[in-house]
Amino acid sequence: MGNDFLSTRNHLAEPLVLPLQTDEDVVRLRKQVRDDLIALGFSLIEQTKMVTAASELARNTLRYGGGGEAHVVRRSDDDRRGIELSFIDEGPGIADLALAMTDGYTSGGGLGLGLSGAKRLADEFEIDTAPGEGTTVTIIKWKQF
Amino acid sequence: MERIPILRMGRLLLVTIQVDMHDRLAMALQEDLTTRIVKDRANGVLIDISALDIVDSFIGRMISDTAAMAKILDAKTVLVGMQPAVAITLVELGLTLEGVSTALNVELGIKMLEQRN
Repeated sequence: MGNDFLSTRNHLAEPLVLPLQTDEDVVRLRKQVRDDLIALGFSLIEQTKMVTAASELARNTLRYGGGGEAHVVRRSDDDRRGIELSFIDEGPGIADLALAMTDGYTSGGGLGLGLSGAKRLADEFEIDTAPGEGTTVTIIKWKQF
Repeated sequence: MERIPILRMGRLLLVTIQVDMHDRLAMALQEDLTTRIVKDRANGVLIDISALDIVDSFIGRMISDTAAMAKILDAKTVLVGMQPAVAITLVELGLTLEGVSTALNVELGIKMLEQRN
């Protein structure tokens, strides 16, 4: 995913960059995302889904990506506002993406629901990865005005 | 690292999760519960998650694994107080919590576990 994905959109604010190097960082990220979702007026269910998706992806970054960072961006279009979360690592990358996106597939003893689950829980999902080139997963949740 | 307290009530163990657990804390809880089931010869475990507004696949896995270990040790596990938004999200996430019974609240959960005796 190149930078043009971000630059063609309007931003309400600069990205907030949060480290994902420890378990505590994942907890902090959940809080931050929750606070932003509340501020943007998302319902409780929307908040729960998005924070859960964020938790899954943050954990992936930590466990499989060797640590990395999350970018939190508030977004706005003419008729909607939203939150965009990117989870970025410079780890090994995913060799077989189709396999990784299958429910239940795990390379690390997890439940294998992180990527596929996050895709279901968010409105938009994009992943950019290649062996040896790290992984960036981006999810967006929108709220209509 | 702090640990989540586990209370004993007769042959039952009760645990209320009131913090947003990081992964290490969740694993410590799983270990502690398993150890206590043996030590206290418990035959029931009640896990109260009414204060949790997020249950992701790691926590879900911890709960399922705890229930599976408890079962091997001849103890039943009941999960109580799941928030509706959490239940909805778990279904969408595809998390099924195999081997875990559920009840609406602590009182009903205890009744369920006591019925076993």
